Amino acid sequence: MKTSAAEKFSSPLWRDRALAATALAEMETLTARAAAKTGTTVNFMEVCGTHTMAIAASGMRRLFPKGLRMLSGPGCPVCVTSQGDIDRVLALAAVPGVIITTFGDMLKVKGSGGRDLQALREAGADVRVVYSPLDAVALAAAEPARQVVFIGVGFETTAPVIAGAVVRARKAGLKNFSSTAFFKLVPPALELLLSDPENRIHGFMLPGHVSAIIGLAPYRFVTEKYKVPCVVTGFEPLDILAGINMLLKQLAAGRPVVEDEYFRAVRAEGNPAAQKLMAEVFTVSAASWRAIGTLKATGLSFSKAYSSFDAIKRFRIPYSDAPEPRGCLCGKILLGKALPPDCPLFGKRCTPSSAVGPCMVSSEGACAAWFKYGG
Amino acid sequence: MAAFSKVLLGHGSGGRLSRDLVEQIFLKGFSNAALAPLEDAAEVTLGGARLAFTTDSYVVTPVEFPGADIGRVAVCGTVNDLAVKGAVPAALSAGFILEEGFPAPLLQRIVASMRRAAKEAGVEIVTGDTKVVEKGHADGVFINTSGIGLIPRGRSLTSASVKAGDIIIVSGDLAEHGVAVMNARNKLGLEGGIKSDAAPLNGLIAAALKVPGVRAIRDITRGGLATVLNEVSGACKLSAEVAEDAVPVSAAARNACALLGLDPLYVANEGKIVLFVSPAAAPRVLKALRAHKYGRHAAVVGTMLREKKPQVRLRTGIGGSRIMLMLEGEQLPRIC
Repeated sequence: MKTSAAEKFSSPLWRDRALAATALAEMETLTARAAAKTGTTVNFMEVCGTHTMAIAASGMRRLFPKGLRMLSGPGCPVCVTSQGDIDRVLALAAVPGVIITTFGDMLKVKGSGGRDLQALREAGADVRVVYSPLDAVALAAAEPARQVVFIGVGFETTAPVIAGAVVRARKAGLKNFSSTAFFKLVPPALELLLSDPENRIHGFMLPGHVSAIIGLAPYRFVTEKYKVPCVVTGFEPLDILAGINMLLKQLAAGRPVVEDEYFRAVRAEGNPAAQKLMAEVFTVSAASWRAIGTLKATGLSFSKAYSSFDAIKRFRIPYSDAPEPRGCLCGKILLGKALPPDCPLFGKRCTPSSAVGPCMVSSEGACAAWFKYGG
Repeated sequence: MAAFSKVLLGHGSGGRLSRDLVEQIFLKGFSNAALAPLEDAAEVTLGGARLAFTTDSYVVTPVEFPGADIGRVAVCGTVNDLAVKGAVPAALSAGFILEEGFPAPLLQRIVASMRRAAKEAGVEIVTGDTKVVEKGHADGVFINTSGIGLIPRGRSLTSASVKAGDIIIVSGDLAEHGVAVMNARNKLGLEGGIKSDAAPLNGLIAAALKVPGVRAIRDITRGGLATVLNEVSGACKLSAEVAEDAVPVSAAARNACALLGLDPLYVANEGKIVLFVSPAAAPRVLKALRAHKYGRHAAVVGTMLREKKPQVRLRTGIGGSRIMLMLEGEQLPRIC
């Protein structure tokens, strides 16, 4: 049997109990030293939903020192998508003859009318779950009489893959493929959090996957302008423990820098090929964030050269600024201002099988992680 | 329990939604003592003999995938549902719903595969039925199999009889079937040669039952180990504590699950069982399982505990702990 490339990233060593115990013992001491600097509980934010899930799945929250708290950030693709953009996705699914292709996570996010893609599918819309946008391009080639729309959401991780699919569709001369470009950028999201005077974040655990694409340079402003420690971190339990300890050390030493714990996957310059692809197909633009609103230069949309692939333009879907569901704390949770159990709907009206807000829908959402794994 | 107005895909997931569907509609509609325990097979008494009786329908796309096909799964699934009740499978039925245009050579392959699986299990398919529906009204082929078996005198395996202190044993590597089918269905091109584990387990179970002290056996199909443990915990009102490190999962399946954002403890199997055995019997049961070709990777994974609020808990590899709920709906692959 061939050794999979994934072995290198998830060898059992990264889950080793003795190493974890050593890291946790060190965390205890470091937290005390860091807390002496901050004078309060040390609050770090894991920006990425995959970290949120990994922390919950490993049950490590109960092992953290008392003075340390991990807050979930705005890094779950489904969670940060505004209600208005969800409504536009549903409007696309209602266009007669269109095949909607999407990652599974998007199926159960409710629009402001209370319906989701799954409900539209049951009512007759053609909605298909794909594992790669390239599958959607292949479908468009196989079904020339139908319009195939891919629901593009996410961060710098999904954007290059979708850019690649769009380039392929253009090369193949496909006139029946298009995508949405509801992309968000991670660095502006961090700036947004830091520019809020009420923020209480003492350090960022930065997303490993996003950083593998964009590299380290785009984060420098966090340490230079805001003096907040940053560590790009991998997703195995020991990656996360090591990442936290590196943040604590920076905090205690008062010397914030952008460090790379996940150097087996992330290079300082990122992935230039992916960056080039993104820059060719997309352009930095305003994006609408759930519970935050539309902000300039925080997302990506189609560049002029590729605007004919924009599904929203092709099907003339109007802009929508529908409000978020009442009582739902997703917005505050995304900003690290509340934890899932703080929400009055959590586990009562809002559960994974009947979710009110997107943080409960997405498998990467903070609420789903707390519900499924008990925090 | 949430009331529902329409059947959703999640109602077929084998998790909590499936439970809602069964309880709200079928259990209410058919209510009787043999059905009520909702175990893998019902027990009925006939002329003084105790029979196990079970039925299951099989729908899977694609119909052939690495390691097995819909026919093998249909035979093994029903044989296993009988065997986990301690019954000796006696005979099976097979009903086919075929879509117009289904290729005859493929059907022949499926039937040959069913015959091989039945032969291995030592049962025969003694009655059957076919229906053909118009193109577009079914997805190729749907198979239903039913089975009966004799429960030997004095044998009783029920989830309700599991006791505090009992040891939880899993018969081998988890998540292979679900990952193999997903890989084939979506042409994911995952490495590692992951194959479906579909297998008739009556031989393995017979070997384990030679050791006294086995209290319950469940087959770990849809919803995975986590869901089965929740069902058993609910029936015996005890907590189940599982050590993540001890759960056998091959490196290939673990990596595939990590890539897709799936939890192997919730992924379907078609050739794995979980046994609840007295602490005294555990070493010998483990030995018996490991001596059988379908139980080579059998492992003790946890313990049943008496607690005020019964729950299913995972002790994680790094020494943390978290709850394991029943599968809620479908597991959906993630975005990034």
